[in-house]
Amino acid sequence: MKSIYGWGLPVEASTYAKDVDFGIRLIHAAMFTIFILWAIFFVYLLVRYRRREGVPAKRDPEHHGIFSASLIPDLIVMLFEIALIFFYAIPVWSRIKGHAPDVPPANRIDVVAEQFAWNIHYPGADGKFGRTEMDKIHFSNPLGLDYSDPAAKDDIVLANELHLPTGRPTLIRLTSLDVIHSFWIPSFRIKQDIVPGMAIPLWVEPDRPGTYELSCAQLCGFAHSLMRATVIVQTPEDYAKWLKSAAPSVAAASTNTGQSW
Amino acid sequence: MVDTHAHPPQGFIQKYVFSQDHKIIALQYLITAWIFLLIGFVFIMVMRWSLAFPGTPIPWIGRFLPADLAPNGVISGQFYNSLCAMHGTIMVFLGVVPLGVGAFGNYLLPLQIGAPDMAFPRLNMLSYWVYLAGGLLMLGSFILPGGAAQSGWTSYPPLAIINPGQTVWLFGMVLLITSSLLGAINFIVTTLNLRAPGMHLMRMPIFVWSELVAAFLLLLAFPPLEGAAIMQLMDRIAHTSFYVPKDLVVLGMMHKASGGGQPLLWQHLFWFLAHPEVYVLLLPPMGIVAEIIANNTRKPLHGYGTIVASMLSIGAMSFIVWAHHMFVSGMSATLSNFFLVTTMIISVPSVAILTCLIFSLMGGSIRFTTPMLFALAFLPMFGIGGLTGLPLGLTVTDIYLHDTYYVIGHFHYVVVTGSIIALMGGTYHWFPKWFGRRMNDALGRFHFWGTLICMNCVFFPMFILGLAGQNRRYYDPTAHLHDLPTQPLHVLSSVAAWLLFLVQLPFIYNFFHSIWRGEKSEENPWKATTLEWACPSPPPHGNFTETPLVWRGPYEYSPEGLKTDWLPQNADPRSLEAA
Repeated sequence: MKSIYGWGLPVEASTYAKDVDFGIRLIHAAMFTIFILWAIFFVYLLVRYRRREGVPAKRDPEHHGIFSASLIPDLIVMLFEIALIFFYAIPVWSRIKGHAPDVPPANRIDVVAEQFAWNIHYPGADGKFGRTEMDKIHFSNPLGLDYSDPAAKDDIVLANELHLPTGRPTLIRLTSLDVIHSFWIPSFRIKQDIVPGMAIPLWVEPDRPGTYELSCAQLCGFAHSLMRATVIVQTPEDYAKWLKSAAPSVAAASTNTGQSW
Repeated sequence: MVDTHAHPPQGFIQKYVFSQDHKIIALQYLITAWIFLLIGFVFIMVMRWSLAFPGTPIPWIGRFLPADLAPNGVISGQFYNSLCAMHGTIMVFLGVVPLGVGAFGNYLLPLQIGAPDMAFPRLNMLSYWVYLAGGLLMLGSFILPGGAAQSGWTSYPPLAIINPGQTVWLFGMVLLITSSLLGAINFIVTTLNLRAPGMHLMRMPIFVWSELVAAFLLLLAFPPLEGAAIMQLMDRIAHTSFYVPKDLVVLGMMHKASGGGQPLLWQHLFWFLAHPEVYVLLLPPMGIVAEIIANNTRKPLHGYGTIVASMLSIGAMSFIVWAHHMFVSGMSATLSNFFLVTTMIISVPSVAILTCLIFSLMGGSIRFTTPMLFALAFLPMFGIGGLTGLPLGLTVTDIYLHDTYYVIGHFHYVVVTGSIIALMGGTYHWFPKWFGRRMNDALGRFHFWGTLICMNCVFFPMFILGLAGQNRRYYDPTAHLHDLPTQPLHVLSSVAAWLLFLVQLPFIYNFFHSIWRGEKSEENPWKATTLEWACPSPPPHGNFTETPLVWRGPYEYSPEGLKTDWLPQNADPRSLEAA
């Protein structure tokens, strides 16, 4: 664990992490350069034009209107920003947020956030999510899965444990039972608020097997800072194996009717 | 307009408590707002214990806290959230805005345009008392049933609708907004109607421009939030459903709602105010910095017209950038591109103002007075605040940095090392005008260096925390694996915050001591050109003994063919020729 988190950006573990990091690094290099050049100029001015006996201040040439020499550095900043917008931000943003991948081949799961847990809902072998109903919600059935629905029989619901395969994108449908939460995996460079009443799609393709962390990034109540989950990224083979082992047996599922016992 | 100038008010209560004189009201605002800033600062000092040493009892004060808020002296998540929400609310709505607008604007704007008072003196008085009531209600919420609000200063529903304490917060906000609206209309009418003869718009000091733009922002941006706050109040007490989508299941319990509401609606309405609000926090301090720089470089500001045009365009643009706070909110991804572009555009006038202020140093004869030190520090500090806004304003990099400590670092560099530093400088600069005495210079310099160093040690580590992926609003940063390596930075930041408090003590002492015991000051100790220095210190009721005539622009320093290096705006050219 120690190696993937440190004082800098965490390890890059998704296909678009590199694109996000490129921007972060580029902008920080530019900011650093601008600030250093600027600071040198600033200190020079303070020393050069400090008050000295018998040296009066020299006025700039008379000048009116809204254009002045100060707009020249502005122009440079503006060109840099225009380049960032059109060659970086808009193309990368539309790749990450614009197009959801097709299912299949993409993997498909649901994430249902609540105070203060992450419920991960896998459709199981049939690839279909079971119907959920609010009045069936119970601590043994946190999503209110309706087990009379055949599609629900093989569904897997896990709390605070998210398994993802490498090699293909996963399309995640984000919903919340109560308040706004935010789905945030630093190593994947992905963050998306989850708004109750909305189902928000999000895709991610992890490319580095390992164990990562899912945190809630939007204030969601008194235990907000304890709301986290473990993200386990597996190779396609390991993921398939895990899915098989996690699938409920039909017998077990049929007894789990959501009734209190 | 009520003519209150015929005779000065009689008696202590009328003169100092329920005063309609803009100068007394301004000083009431000044003292109240500095006290609120101190209270907000105390809150964060308590919170910083939890961040540096989570799970351990707070020394000394822990035992005095009620057991339900801090069991065994350890801050609970709920109490942390309350302190967090109130810290933000107090600093923004009760501290910096009332200080920049209510205190500095109220005192200086009428003086700088040569007016005897504000256009509506009673409205001005009302605005202060409504502000004070709102502020006391906010603070009082800690001892009311349900406690203080705990949904952040942004109060996003549905959390804000199901959390206790929020109702009082909303009532407090309605009062504070009302107070700001009363002030804003007063500022606009005063500036446009009560200028002395010869004070053309383009002869107004930059500070007056900054207050005028800020007043327009308050007037146009606050009403939507007032409406939004009342809607949230209705959701809480009348069970309407403006922001609640449908039935919620909160901790296993059904929260009934009629449905049809949209949580994102609040975010749009809130940020429609809160982004212009950022410029209300920033523009008056920028105006203060411009005044101090012109005065202490002994030359006119570089690009007066550029600064005015930039302030006006910032004002206009600030209404169409709000959704850059919402790139990852679930709002349409296409819409984000629009707000990305407007956000980059608004950085252009901000850079222009900063560049003008720096170019103003060129050719100057810089006096490093105490206020000038603060004004100069504003420039690089605001520069860092502005630059770090760039990766937050870009959609892609904001995915990573949104809601991390990077955001906290960014806006504290803008508002604390920017605005508050400038407001401190302004306090030193205009203190002789307010009280006829000067503040102690040695203490002032000590206060400056201590403050600058401590503030940077508090806020700079936050950029590193943010880049490492640490979230804001966690009462226990050690709960997440990816935050563990950077934990020492929280300790540094906390220790620096407590030291920052210690270096404020000389400031507080200096302020109150100098009111009565400070070195006596003349009318115009800084040899300044603007009109507030043309009347006695402190100015009498009605300000000017006779209405000043304005002959020239605000910064006529070092003009040719004159023995002195300043030419006041009201110096009569005929008498100059005679001399």
